[in-house]
Amino acid sequence: MHNESKPVWWRTAFLIALGLTLAGSGMLAQAATTLLNVSYDVTRELYKEINPAFIKSWETKTGEKLAINQSHGGSSKQATSVAGGLEADVVTMNQSTDIDLLVGQGGLVAADWEKRFPFGAAPYTSTSVFLVRKGNPKAIRDWGDLARPGVAVIVPNPKTSGNGRYTYLAAWGYAVHKGGNEGQARDFVKRLFANVPVLDGGGRGATTTFTQRGIGDVLVTFENEAALIDKEVGGDKFDIVYPSASILAEAPVAVVDKVVARKGTRKQAQAYLEFLYSAEGQDIIARHHFRPRNEAVLKKYARDFPSLKLFTVESVFGSLAKAQKVHFDDNAIYDQIVIANYRERK
Amino acid sequence: MSVASATSVASPRRVLPGFNLTLGYTLVYLSLLVLIPLAAVFIKTASLSLDQFWAVISSPRVVASYKLSFGASLLAAAINVVFGLLLAWSLVRYRFPGKGLVDSLVDLPFALPTAVAGIALTAIYSANGWVGRIIEPHGIKIAFTPLGVLVALIFIGLPFVVRTVQPILQDLEKELEEASASLGASRWQTFRFVVFPALLPALLTGFALAFARAVGEYGSVIFIAGNMPMVSEITPLMIITKLEQYDYVGATAIAVVMLLASFVLLFAINMLQGWTARRSGRDR
Repeated sequence: MHNESKPVWWRTAFLIALGLTLAGSGMLAQAATTLLNVSYDVTRELYKEINPAFIKSWETKTGEKLAINQSHGGSSKQATSVAGGLEADVVTMNQSTDIDLLVGQGGLVAADWEKRFPFGAAPYTSTSVFLVRKGNPKAIRDWGDLARPGVAVIVPNPKTSGNGRYTYLAAWGYAVHKGGNEGQARDFVKRLFANVPVLDGGGRGATTTFTQRGIGDVLVTFENEAALIDKEVGGDKFDIVYPSASILAEAPVAVVDKVVARKGTRKQAQAYLEFLYSAEGQDIIARHHFRPRNEAVLKKYARDFPSLKLFTVESVFGSLAKAQKVHFDDNAIYDQIVIANYRERK
Repeated sequence: MSVASATSVASPRRVLPGFNLTLGYTLVYLSLLVLIPLAAVFIKTASLSLDQFWAVISSPRVVASYKLSFGASLLAAAINVVFGLLLAWSLVRYRFPGKGLVDSLVDLPFALPTAVAGIALTAIYSANGWVGRIIEPHGIKIAFTPLGVLVALIFIGLPFVVRTVQPILQDLEKELEEASASLGASRWQTFRFVVFPALLPALLTGFALAFARAVGEYGSVIFIAGNMPMVSEITPLMIITKLEQYDYVGATAIAVVMLLASFVLLFAINMLQGWTARRSGRDR
């Protein structure tokens, strides 16, 4: 009994030690190649599909096993977290201003980040479209209809939401593209926002207000969100309406230089973001209703992406940073418009 | 001899030892968790000049939000004092089936994530919700109006009043009321002159807690408020919008105003509470 138990004991100890060593080395290997992608709110489902695809492609190419973690939240809040020390290898946002912030914060991101990947470092785009009640009872066809008296428009708060800011900029850009001067654009946007009864904090909140609370005749939101509502809530309740023109909302990505330099993950982070531009990555992107940059993929999914005139933020406003300053900062044009609307209602 | 007696009067012997240890611990703990973060708010704000600070905190939109935040919080706390007392009274004085259930329901607003509370309340009080459907045709709008803010603040503040009043009510001797009645007092007089003074300190504590919670509340209010400028924007939303613009200093400036106003109000309530406690002989 005694003689037998001793070797068993030793074997067990050996196995445990071996197990610990393996686990330890496994953990070390994993720690060396774990990427953290800090992203905005509605990309959760997208990256759930991108990550395994990239991990597989990276392993077949290099033999290295990667793990990718995700963090999601409001775009600006996420950028603030990274600036505050959240160890993101890459950031994938929906506004260039959120990445500009990281350039300003001790150069976490290189100043020329927009030139480091194709298409201004934005692998996909979206645009602001309309969701109306089934049958379009208020006959809403274009931006002009949103400013009509008696139409209730649901828009997320431009002060707290990128989605809301793009809606505002799209409406302004539409007025400019119709040949309006600044005063006319301002008047148009003012009349549109006079029709807004509720300002939800973010895109999802606006969706809930429109679909669940039954408030408003039209919801202005990103194309991917509209497609998702159509799929999730049911196509028999709502119709998607494409205006004649809208804004090109570019979703920028960047490698966080300071972090990858310290962690030694630059190669992997770079490849991860490049993967978003690959045919496979672009296909996944298109399936999540974001407009791919790849022409072939765009053609394949043409049915999901009706063509409309898309204007960039740069062409109308110079840059998103400038638009933020002129339109959305405290007491800038948006604030002046909503205060004026409030005074007129009184 | 006289010296010894003087010191013994100044510091009576405590039954439990460790005064220095506990006081030291209290100070360190409070500093780390409360004072240092709050000091950081003040230091960050100090980078503004007085004129800039004033411009931030006195802009019309921010002022409108103070009125809503502090007004609705005070009103909600006052309503909670009345109905919280009623609730606590029924829970302590009466026996009815399902009492245990009701008792634990009171704590639910403590436990519920505030976003869930906000979405649930909005769902019920909006035009197509259970309650909204009934009252909206009568011209009363709750969801997406300042009234909705009030409803949310009442909801989150309720347990504070119930839970502070309940133990005092339990300790209140029935004999006092019986004595009062046998001395010829009417039911109202018994409540007014016997029960109410004994409960007042606890009610004030409950009021202060419910108010403090309501002023800082963001999660639940944001869903039901509608967030229209000048009408239904709460002060915490003004702070969040500043943060969205990466205007940290502006955000802390508003936070300083909230902190100071809350501190003054809470301090006043606490003084009042101490005064009523001494008057009713419940000083502890």
